[in-house]
Amino acid sequence: MDASLEVSGLAYAYPDGTQALFGVTTSVRRGERVALLGPNGAGKTTLVLHLNGILHGGAGTVRVGGMPVDPSDKKALKEIRRRVGVVFQDPDDQLFMPTAREDVAFGPANLGLRGAALERRVEEALERVGMAEFADRAPQHLSFGQRRRVAVATVLAMEPEILVLDEPSSNLDPASRRELAEILLSLDVTILMVTHDLPYAAQLCPRSLILSGGVIAADGPTLELLADAELMAAHRLELPFGFIPQALSGA
Amino acid sequence: MGAGHAHALYVRRDSVVHRLPPHCKIVATVGFVLAVAITPRHEVWAFAAYALLLAGVTVVARIPFGTVLRRMVIEIPFVAFAFFLPFVARGERVEVLGLALSVDGLWGAFGILAKGTLGVVASILLAATTEPRTLLLGVERLGLPPLLTQIATFMFRYLDVVADELRRMRIARAARGFEARDLRDAKVLARSLGALFLRCFERGERVHLAMLSRGYDGAMPVLAEVGASRRQWALSAALPAAAGLVAAAAWMAVWTLR
Ligand SMILES: Nc1ncnc2c1ncn2[C@@H]1O[C@H](COP(=O)(O)OP(=O)(O)OP(=O)(O)O)[C@@H](O)[C@H]1O
Ligand SMILES: [Mg+2]
Repeated sequence: MDASLEVSGLAYAYPDGTQALFGVTTSVRRGERVALLGPNGAGKTTLVLHLNGILHGGAGTVRVGGMPVDPSDKKALKEIRRRVGVVFQDPDDQLFMPTAREDVAFGPANLGLRGAALERRVEEALERVGMAEFADRAPQHLSFGQRRRVAVATVLAMEPEILVLDEPSSNLDPASRRELAEILLSLDVTILMVTHDLPYAAQLCPRSLILSGGVIAADGPTLELLADAELMAAHRLELPFGFIPQALSGA
Repeated sequence: MGAGHAHALYVRRDSVVHRLPPHCKIVATVGFVLAVAITPRHEVWAFAAYALLLAGVTVVARIPFGTVLRRMVIEIPFVAFAFFLPFVARGERVEVLGLALSVDGLWGAFGILAKGTLGVVASILLAATTEPRTLLLGVERLGLPPLLTQIATFMFRYLDVVADELRRMRIARAARGFEARDLRDAKVLARSLGALFLRCFERGERVHLAMLSRGYDGAMPVLAEVGASRRQWALSAALPAAAGLVAAAAWMAVWTLR
């Protein structure tokens, strides 16, 4: 099997003793788009931070494109961070450079790209999220939705093997939310998307994982999971008013 | 979000001056200010020449004169100080409108005003033609430790974010009926300041995570090469060179006429 991401037996407790993950095992195939659902405090962000080796030290292993995430190996870690592009929830955390262009260039420059090659990479990434004309704007002068898009570009510029997004649709107005969906659908890359926005998961990700209480509680086709009222209720997942997954899968 | 006050000084134009590398402009400004500073204050024509030079730069840089004038208000405390000098300085006195003023004091006031104004206008022009972040690059290029410029760059980026957080907290306080009236309310304000500090700290942590996630290993990658060609150096040397000539001429005048 051509796995982009393999997580096995991953457990983690924060230094203050809070056990956030209790043995998570799953895998994501190359090119798949998977939603990671779960209530607040389920451990989703904690899991995400393991995927590129920012958090480590618990039990279990993570492999990205077959390569183990090993925080003690600095060089391998760099390659892992190239392969796993994480888009954080608050774009203000992600965009720390003075202009969008420099921010997008930050990642590839750290990978050693320079000059014309770097410029081309930046240009392409901004182009793909439709932000090329805003390249020289300061992040604080962009709208929230535009900042979120630039944040996606900063990660795309590293040509990741897998794109990991932490709540990409939060705080977006409906139009920006749809535009981001179109961008994500147009990308030819493995996607793992943490979200509370269940219709968004249904629209973008054929498959979903439910993380609850630090373990994978369910794994299956998104529409099937969303249609399973008992399962949903057990994990504090609620569909927005008027959204009927059966109607989407019903055909 | 913030309205981006941080960029307020920069005037976006396409001009030769704007295109010059930042460190050239910094060196030119410092050179100009030095020339002005060493000029003997009795040579009034020299200061007129400096003013003309700056006016020339303003025109070439396509900065409106009105903008420069408006920004000169930061000079007001300066002016006030110079204004008092003729009253307090000792030495020979002259009658002006019935007031006995010190001649030395008058010249002193003129010197401070003229030199101060020229220095202020030169800095205004530098800031108006150079984006703050490239200004920082220029400073780094001139040998300031990269860590300092990195900190300044981040401050610059997050100024608006922090200001916004501060504003949100103020609104949250006001929404719950709080209004700072007297000293006893300082406790509440101090507590929100503590909260702000914590938020900044946490944000710093999250930004650091984001940087690590994109391969940061302790050194900022050099993105904008701010190298300067010989032609650019020569071009930016025009202002300080002209000012140097004026200063030299002023000293010659002082020596030969004495
Ligand atoms: N820095 C930390 N120190 C200690 N405990 C933490 C820390 N960060 C998170 N936790 C705890 O770990 C558990 C999982 O948190 P996590 O942030 O991964 O949840 P999440 O699924 O991302 O939730 P949300 O949907 O609210 O973002 C929670 O119980 C949380 O309180
Ligand atoms: Mg989270």
